[in-house]
Amino acid sequence: MGFKTITFTLNGRERTCSVDVRMSLTELLREEFGLTSVKTGCEVGECGACCVLVDGRAYNSCIYLAVWADGKSVLTVEGLRGPATGQLHPIQQAFVDEAAVQCGFCTPGIIMTAVELIGTGKTYTREELRRAISGHLCRCTGYENILNALEKLVGEKK
Amino acid sequence: MFDFSALYEAYSVREAVALRQEHPEAKIIAGGSDQLVKLRDGKLAGCELISIYTIDELRGVSLGEDGTLRIGALTSFTDVSENELIERLVPVLGYAAGQVGGPQVRNIGTIGGNVSNGVTSADTGATLLAWDAVMELAGPEGTRKVPAAQWYIRAGQVDIRPGEILTAVTIPKGAYEGYSGWYMKYAMRNAMDIATLGCSVNVRLTADKAAFQDVRIAYSVAGPVPMRAENAEAAGRGQPVSPETIERVAQAVGEDVHPRTSWRAKAEFRGYLAQELLRRCLTQSAKQAGGVLHGV
Repeated sequence: MGFKTITFTLNGRERTCSVDVRMSLTELLREEFGLTSVKTGCEVGECGACCVLVDGRAYNSCIYLAVWADGKSVLTVEGLRGPATGQLHPIQQAFVDEAAVQCGFCTPGIIMTAVELIGTGKTYTREELRRAISGHLCRCTGYENILNALEKLVGEKK
Repeated sequence: MFDFSALYEAYSVREAVALRQEHPEAKIIAGGSDQLVKLRDGKLAGCELISIYTIDELRGVSLGEDGTLRIGALTSFTDVSENELIERLVPVLGYAAGQVGGPQVRNIGTIGGNVSNGVTSADTGATLLAWDAVMELAGPEGTRKVPAAQWYIRAGQVDIRPGEILTAVTIPKGAYEGYSGWYMKYAMRNAMDIATLGCSVNVRLTADKAAFQDVRIAYSVAGPVPMRAENAEAAGRGQPVSPETIERVAQAVGEDVHPRTSWRAKAEFRGYLAQELLRRCLTQSAKQAGGVLHGV
């Protein structure tokens, strides 16, 4: 079986590693780099718990081959806190403030989709936000507080 | 780990064609939202993969000098649904691409993959069929073009020959100019669901907007592969824009579609949907084209 050496930026730091070509990006991030915010949920791209940003776009890392990360920039929740101050990212703070977390399993994935939305520089209606997080399953919250948190940062200004 | 035995990565069309010739049994993987799920399910255990995902020249939407709209095969659903050219010339296709899965799936899934796996429920499949799209392939002998109507061979099988890869989906100017359309997907959920049935319609009206000069109707999940509804199209062509015409077209479609019963829905329900979605899509298409429908 083949291995391939890839170089990519992970949470702001350049990394080079040898990966088994059969590996998913989820496996690479969790097992090689210990980034356990990337959850192993359904593993078939349905639940969104493994969502990370690659070059600013949200992908389900469970159905993304690790070798495809070569030359790209990958961001996980671990890369969101300010490196100097350790301060939470505004979206993380909004999730805290709005009590948007219950069991927490879906949270990192939704946070990453939120970061993608913030990156667009656009604002969204609540309906648009519902659609924007439709690739994430949360079995605890009923989504209301999550949407409240998202609205704080990217909601349409009333 | 995914259960495949080898991964061959192509970075150009030329490399992909060479790899297809060297490894004729290998499966092609584009975005992987279908192939990797099948692999996870054990359905392709031990297969070899040719990854074309890294061929950046196959991404993007452009307009040719002759007005042909060209969509690179690896253009993601997100990029199709947000593209300015598509929004202006064939907005229905952008809408259909926006109905696939959820946002992350639309970021990874490609329009080429959607029509290459030969799946009847492909959201863009019926729409491309309805717009008389032309598939463009690269192979050892050069470029080959296949009209969408001849693309699907049977469930899971499209006209990609040994050594070939799909490079683009194109829509000639004559196929979109003057046409307006509508797409409806019926599914149990608004996201992350596969169509129970999908209907894509586009029409061109006469200059006075009083009659249907052309009507094109295509379905997903109404048969083993996406299909056109020829009887229904004939029932509408040349007829006045009226609720009566729309009803006659909807009645005629019974001869075209042969849906089956699956765990998602019974054949009878799909037959009902085929008529009802057609009524709605045809009505909306006519309105989009500037037609006036009294009482609708």
